[in-house]
Amino acid sequence: MEKTIEQIYQEALNELEAASEAEAVQALSVRYLGRKGVITSFLRNISKLKPEKRPEAGKKANETKKALDKLFKDALKRLERTAADTGDYIDVSLPGRTLLEGSVHPITQITRLMCDIFTNLGFDIVEGPEVETDYYNFEALNIPKNHPARDMQDTFYISDNIVLRTHTSPAQIRTMEKQTPPVRIIAPGKVYRCDSDLTHTPMFHQIEGLLVDENVSFGDLKGILTTFVHRMFDDRISLRFRPSFFPFTEPSAEVDILCVMCRGKGCRVCSQTGWLEVLGAGMVHPALFENVGYDTSRFTGFAFGIGVERIAMLKYGIDDIRKYFDNDLRFLRQF
Amino acid sequence: MKASISWLKDYTPINMDVHLLADALTMAGLEVEAVTDRFGWLNRVVVGRIVEIEPHPNADKLKLVKVDVGFQTLAVVCGAPNVSNDILAPVAMPGTVFPNGLALEKSIIRNIESEGMICSEAELGLGKDKSGIMILSPSLNVGEKLSKALELSDAMIEVDLTPNRPDCLSMIGIAREIGGIQKTKIQYPETNLSDSGNDITGFTSVTIKDPDHCPRYAARLVTDITVAPSPFWLADRLVSVGLKPINNIVDITNFVLMETGQPLHAFDYNRLAENRIVVRRANEGELFTTLDMNERKLTSDMLMICDGEKPVAVGGVMGGLNSEIEETTTKVLIESAYFDPVSIRKTSKKLGLSTEASHRFERGVDPEGIVSALNRAARLMAEIGGGKLINGMIDEYPKKIQVKTITLKVKETNRLLGTDLNRDEIKKLLESIEFSVKKIDAETLKVVPPSFRVDIERPQDLMEEVARLSGYNNIPTTFPAMPANARKPLKLLDFRSRIIHLMTGFGFSETINYSFINKLSCDRLNLPSDDYRRNTVNILNPLTEDQAVMRTSLVPGLLETVYRNISKQQKNLKFFEIGKVYIKKGKDNLPDETEMIAGLWTGVQFDASWYAKETPCDFFDIKGAVEGLLKGMKIDSIRFSSRFSGLADDLCAYTKPGYTARILSDKEILGLVGELHPLVLRNFDLKQAVYIFELNIDSLIKLLPETIQSKPIPKFPTVPRDITIIVNKDTEAGAILNCIENIQEQLIENIHLFDVFTGDPIPPGQKSVSIRVTYRSNKKTLEDEDVGNIHKAITDRLIKEFDAGLPV
Repeated sequence: MEKTIEQIYQEALNELEAASEAEAVQALSVRYLGRKGVITSFLRNISKLKPEKRPEAGKKANETKKALDKLFKDALKRLERTAADTGDYIDVSLPGRTLLEGSVHPITQITRLMCDIFTNLGFDIVEGPEVETDYYNFEALNIPKNHPARDMQDTFYISDNIVLRTHTSPAQIRTMEKQTPPVRIIAPGKVYRCDSDLTHTPMFHQIEGLLVDENVSFGDLKGILTTFVHRMFDDRISLRFRPSFFPFTEPSAEVDILCVMCRGKGCRVCSQTGWLEVLGAGMVHPALFENVGYDTSRFTGFAFGIGVERIAMLKYGIDDIRKYFDNDLRFLRQF
Repeated sequence: MKASISWLKDYTPINMDVHLLADALTMAGLEVEAVTDRFGWLNRVVVGRIVEIEPHPNADKLKLVKVDVGFQTLAVVCGAPNVSNDILAPVAMPGTVFPNGLALEKSIIRNIESEGMICSEAELGLGKDKSGIMILSPSLNVGEKLSKALELSDAMIEVDLTPNRPDCLSMIGIAREIGGIQKTKIQYPETNLSDSGNDITGFTSVTIKDPDHCPRYAARLVTDITVAPSPFWLADRLVSVGLKPINNIVDITNFVLMETGQPLHAFDYNRLAENRIVVRRANEGELFTTLDMNERKLTSDMLMICDGEKPVAVGGVMGGLNSEIEETTTKVLIESAYFDPVSIRKTSKKLGLSTEASHRFERGVDPEGIVSALNRAARLMAEIGGGKLINGMIDEYPKKIQVKTITLKVKETNRLLGTDLNRDEIKKLLESIEFSVKKIDAETLKVVPPSFRVDIERPQDLMEEVARLSGYNNIPTTFPAMPANARKPLKLLDFRSRIIHLMTGFGFSETINYSFINKLSCDRLNLPSDDYRRNTVNILNPLTEDQAVMRTSLVPGLLETVYRNISKQQKNLKFFEIGKVYIKKGKDNLPDETEMIAGLWTGVQFDASWYAKETPCDFFDIKGAVEGLLKGMKIDSIRFSSRFSGLADDLCAYTKPGYTARILSDKEILGLVGELHPLVLRNFDLKQAVYIFELNIDSLIKLLPETIQSKPIPKFPTVPRDITIIVNKDTEAGAILNCIENIQEQLIENIHLFDVFTGDPIPPGQKSVSIRVTYRSNKKTLEDEDVGNIHKAITDRLIKEFDAGLPV
């Protein structure tokens, strides 16, 4: 008696299991499914069966052929894949050939962040000289010679009339001299004061802001600065405006924010007050408008100055301002 | 400005907790920096009971006293005559810091250890008595802190005043602000004097020769005075704000100064030549000795108070030694004046002499407060000094200080502040701080600020007062209505951030160094004497020699950063900085500020690793960074050369000869790249090779392509051809490459130098240079014959140009 299709299938499975190389599987495939293969000859022999058994046997044989074909192909794929494993291997835990990126200075990063916030609010960025005339740094900003307000900033002098700018505020005058309202600028840059101790470096960075138009109010100043603080830190950091004095603004304000470290509970950073002084601001003093020829009855404006080092200290938890300019690689690499 | 709550209470009731008061003052614009207790220092002084007294073996006047301080018994050496058994007395424990700064420690007094100090009233600042120890009530608890036992407490506030508020440089001024917060009235001290006649004119006169600098000068005379120490309350008031009591007369002038903010001066009438006062400018070069014993050289713009012959005081700054109150003084002429703020400030700056008086005069005293302060002092001198007040007062007021009347519009106020206040609300707020306000119409107020508010000049100043009094934090937060136009951003900003992006990508870390450098940095960089970088901008008042001039190069700052890092074992460093250099352009001009980038590489190219040996960095590493930077910015046609015509080599004074290249564009020098000169390394205390580059950003930015124009990707294959030529060893490879480039053959796509070789079989003094030229056409696939001619032409050109040979 000829083998049944079931027997053939079972034998093929057994042989496939024993086959451990692609060539063996290939040979099996030929032997069972090839033109002279077992299944092929089984199909050929179907005509010898009784007519009523033919359809059933034919169907089974075709199914078996299909099933084996899939099994052989799968087995081939599997074996070809494993054939690539030559037994060689590398220690993948060895360190890679790292491409180490350099770091961007934290002051640059925070300046960028701050500028991004203000440019998104529609402010343009301007820059100005760091060595300034007495006129732009003081006189035009309503700080006359021999005025006690000059004592508010320890100034580096180059000559009687030339100083290292003590703030970025000269940008206000230089910009207003060149353009008519509406004016909407920020001016980031280095500033210098003759002061050096634990909390002061003789050079530091500020961002000046100025907005002049018809009907600009103190309320608007509060709005812009609130947005800035919320974007810089988060929406839960509230602001507190305190009356203060700057010769170039009237009214003037010091702006405190809720301590970002303790959230107002009181800690070392905020000297237990729950508040941090972060910037000065106010409505542009009419004397400045007179100095640049703006119509004081028509235009109002606000200005503000923010210390970058201070914001960066709060943002990154930096404890010593002098670290910024020490440029210790171990410090720089952290950012 | 320090103020004690107990003193402030003389002028206004204070019914709030001191910390709340401090907050309220801060929010009203008087920033309270600190709240302390005047008696806080007493926290290591306790009530003690004397339990045993023995004579000191080594000193007759001293005794060994055992004193029970509750938790222990101390052995104390004491010299007081009134020490006796079983009395209670204050004992200062080691660690006590007295107000004069003296810190008490255990000490050996004549060979015997003293573990504390039994104190007198005077030593504790609680009274005048210094004759013996302070004897306390027997009902007090032994061991209790003295401050608690005697209920000593006086809160002090320290206000950081802004320069616009000289009116608050006094107790009354601060009390007025507190009154404004609490809505309480101010109780001014009694200053009326019942003069019967004007006898003073028979004694003295005041002549003002310079009314511009001295608009007002008032004086009174008190005779029959006994100069003596001040009563305790008076001395105590001065001590509470940090002033040293001197004698009753001087103390009264200081007391009134602190009370009212009006500086006064007391002259010994008998020492004034001709017993009169002349106010005039000093003679140029005149010498004058001030009360602090310093002889000062005067200039002709200084205002002097003189007698009939000579100066007796630097007006508004400090009195003279020659008219000082002495123990024998019996007649006192009291000065109360208004001096021009600018003149006082100039004098004070010139003399380097800042006093309580000059501080107030230069900010502006109350021109109408002069008489009341004078009267207050005269009354006190009569009362305390036992003096007799001469009837009448001199009040020379040649230049009246005008009262300002300011028109305030309600609408403008609300427009500036963003508020919605009505006329009556504004009026009420201003009146609460003694401004007089008149309604003109529904929209307009006429406001006269009190004479002590010298800072109020414009409507905006009044608006600030309104905002301050109604509370900044009550102003609604709004947003400006702004047009949605935008300007083109500065090209430089984007350029800078691209540089940072590229440099950090190459592994360089950004540094920020101080813009000032040491004066000697130019020497340390070996710069020749005529180098333009020696035109430094010098700071007149530098903090240190290391920060005395503005940098003319970024290199010194970077090298110092390298030094600091190496000294902390960070030896492999890749740094860069973007920043300005400052070149002086004449004394009265602003300098040129040029933006530069400098980069630096020192140590290894890469560390020893499992796949490679440690490789030190070299010239071509830093040059590669420069090339990468320029390529990244799409700036091409840049040349590197060590030879350039018309330039002095010493422009590269701080790099090593033969290891330096100029970075050039067609038109100008952009910078340099090279190895640091060994001498410069030594000058900066560096022991390892350092490679640097510098580029002028302002020049580079001009080379940026306006836009980037996309080109089609080539469809046809390339044809590479190699050339090897043998040239003189000194021939720059760059020149060879340039020569090929300059042929400007359209089919040349790329020129790549792939080998340089010296040694056998190349003859000595020569080298072979191998270059691969890649040809490609955008129209067709090139055939041999297409490139053959071109390639030959190039080869011939090189042979001719460089006197080159071909390999055999």
